Amino acid sequence: MELQLSDDEQLFYETTERFLEDKTPVAVLRELRENAVGFDPSFWEEGVQLGWTSLLVSEEDGGGSVSGKGLKDLALVAHAFGKAAAPGPLLTTNIVAAALSRSGSPEQKSGVLEGILGGQIAAWAHAEPHPNNGLGTITATLSKSGDGYTLTGVKAPVESAAQATHFLVSALLDGAPTQVLVAADAAGVSVAPMGTVDLTKRFGQVTFADTPVAAGDLVGAPGGAAGDLEYLTDVANVILVNEMAGSFERAFAITLEWTFDRYSFGRPLASYQEIKHRMADQKMWLEASQAVANDAATAVQDADEDASVIVSSAKAYVSEYGLEALQDDIQLHGGIGVTFEHDLHLFLRRMTLNAGLHGTKSDHRLRITDLLEAKEAAA
Amino acid sequence: MSENQMEDVEAFRLRARAWLADNMPKANDQYEMTMGGDLPDEEELAVVQLNRDLQRKLFDGGFAGICFPKEYGGQGLSRAHADAFNDEISGYMFPWRIQVPTFTPCASVLLEFGTEEQKQKHIPAILKGEELWMQFLSEPSGGSDAAGALTTAVKDGDEWVLNGSKIWTTGAWWSDWGLCLARTNWDVPKHRGLTVFILPIHQPGIEINRIEMLNGSKEFCQEYITDVRIPDSDRIGQVDDGWTVGIRWMFFERSFHHSDLTVRPTTTIAVDEVDTGLLPLAKQAGRENDPVARELVGESYALKRATQSLGHRIPAAMMAGAMNDQGASIGRLMAGISGTRQTDIEFELAGSSAVAWTEGDSLGKEGEGYLMRQTGCIGGGTTEMARNVISERVLLMPRERSGDKDIPFRDVERGRKA
Repeated sequence: MELQLSDDEQLFYETTERFLEDKTPVAVLRELRENAVGFDPSFWEEGVQLGWTSLLVSEEDGGGSVSGKGLKDLALVAHAFGKAAAPGPLLTTNIVAAALSRSGSPEQKSGVLEGILGGQIAAWAHAEPHPNNGLGTITATLSKSGDGYTLTGVKAPVESAAQATHFLVSALLDGAPTQVLVAADAAGVSVAPMGTVDLTKRFGQVTFADTPVAAGDLVGAPGGAAGDLEYLTDVANVILVNEMAGSFERAFAITLEWTFDRYSFGRPLASYQEIKHRMADQKMWLEASQAVANDAATAVQDADEDASVIVSSAKAYVSEYGLEALQDDIQLHGGIGVTFEHDLHLFLRRMTLNAGLHGTKSDHRLRITDLLEAKEAAA
Repeated sequence: MSENQMEDVEAFRLRARAWLADNMPKANDQYEMTMGGDLPDEEELAVVQLNRDLQRKLFDGGFAGICFPKEYGGQGLSRAHADAFNDEISGYMFPWRIQVPTFTPCASVLLEFGTEEQKQKHIPAILKGEELWMQFLSEPSGGSDAAGALTTAVKDGDEWVLNGSKIWTTGAWWSDWGLCLARTNWDVPKHRGLTVFILPIHQPGIEINRIEMLNGSKEFCQEYITDVRIPDSDRIGQVDDGWTVGIRWMFFERSFHHSDLTVRPTTTIAVDEVDTGLLPLAKQAGRENDPVARELVGESYALKRATQSLGHRIPAAMMAGAMNDQGASIGRLMAGISGTRQTDIEFELAGSSAVAWTEGDSLGKEGEGYLMRQTGCIGGGTTEMARNVISERVLLMPRERSGDKDIPFRDVERGRKA
């Protein structure tokens, strides 16, 4: 998150923070564990009213941002979400909205995009299950069939798949990446619910078995989605990493407070040098995580030529050191840290989830090297 | 432009870019080699002279001391100008040996605590490359506990007489001036009996002994100070109040990673070159297609980026008032900790060539670099001290117990009892 926000941005962040504190305090998160959807529909609709899904949508398409820099604003929302371990399909709806505003047809904009801006859910069906779960791997295929196409493949994990009215699916058409918009009730589409480490996020595995796709359901040109998919991968990871920075900030605050409150051998934990030094390391990791998360948002927002390498660097860094810090927070709490009663696991869950979505730290390190090589070749 | 109107940063940037292109030599492999230390003495002296010449070139071009006040020969500009200059000088030679400790902490301390006469005498000379400074701070009896200095200064008329020993002075044998912390009162608690002095290094009472490091480098020195006489006008700050100076001195030392008084090229890569991280090293080791090596290259790059991002965030947080000055220790800790990981990665990429190499195979230097890995966590204040500062001064956790508080320094235990 930026250190110095404008008054409007500050207000936007604080409004989001207060809204989440009010609607989804930890007690509510615990109750949502048993909820099939993972959130209250009115919660999402009110959030949409606050602008949560409009930030990556151009003004002509009915969107808008606070600062004029939509992704920077969305990073603030993600940070507040992470701090609250908030529920809701923030990532998946914003990715579909961004894709449609960028490359969608007028019909797609007045249909599905307007639906998202009104609180409907559309989900990004991009990642695939193992053994095809390397970052960016696509095996789903689109074949010509009469005037249109047929889609075959399996996508997972797809966020809020069971609630989505539509899926934005990436598939190969003659070996080239292509995006299509498919209605959830189209022929051959089935959703199998998945388990997840997060308390309130819900994922499904979506199977497309000879699903018919009309020519007008392509998003962008046939075979021309490579650029969009790189961009969307960057945006997804900006959201993930800013959410992680928020969760890390909250867990660090809880743990620092604990070291002052908890006494052993007649003195607070905070007085032991071993523990002071570990909190110092965590402070360094936290500040670095905040810095890289913010720089990643700025780089993609500004279309920096190094944006992808900056995003992958941020994801690789926070996944390594942020998660290590969260586990250390658990360790510093002792047994209570691994109970359901304590709040820490809510943030550990969110960081763990995000570290595994849209590229692990290893995936992103390999992506960095690929990008460096490409830069070298282009120079 | 009027005298007190500051030049626009972008205009300054363009002016610097043009000047550098016309005047500054580009960094080359031979120059890079000199940054590792461990050179024969004649070459070392030539490098020192090159640094003085480069500094003089900056001074003559109007680019020395960008954030130093104009009245002492600086440019009187802002941090944003210094940052822009750091971007522009990337890929060029720069007087790197003069940055630490001459500009910071030494010149930083002079600017903050020096008398007008001291500043007029030394700051312009430093900016012209005529004076190289060293810190006479650490002593053989202890590194991190700087306030436990045993080197003693006794007043004799208008002069002070110094006796004692200082250690870990980098390149004292080719430097000109020392900033020296000495004990002037043994009958008060340790922090209240210290005073700071400045002294010329090359004089009969100072014997310089060069220390051989495990990699053969002899850049660090130990000095034996015997009856060295210093005029009272070369005292910095008040008598017995040297710790007030010392606290800032060590703050400047810890924060050299983002001091606005030093020149630090933003990257080692010129504006027109591509930074490919450790990819060249992986290629040199023939491992560019090895997924393990490729992951390490990515890890190293991500860590470098994080270190840079943090380096921008900390001073910004301090300037915005979101963090106190002690936050500088976070950057110091990151430099040490990420540096050790980078060294590990380089060592791993080099494989067996790092430990046994044929003549001329530069992969061998990764092995020697690995042996010296911890220097980045020791020099300039250890990472343990940085962790103490972060936990106690930033996170406000309780202070460590000390055995020397509120008792006269002469009664403090200084070793195991027989």
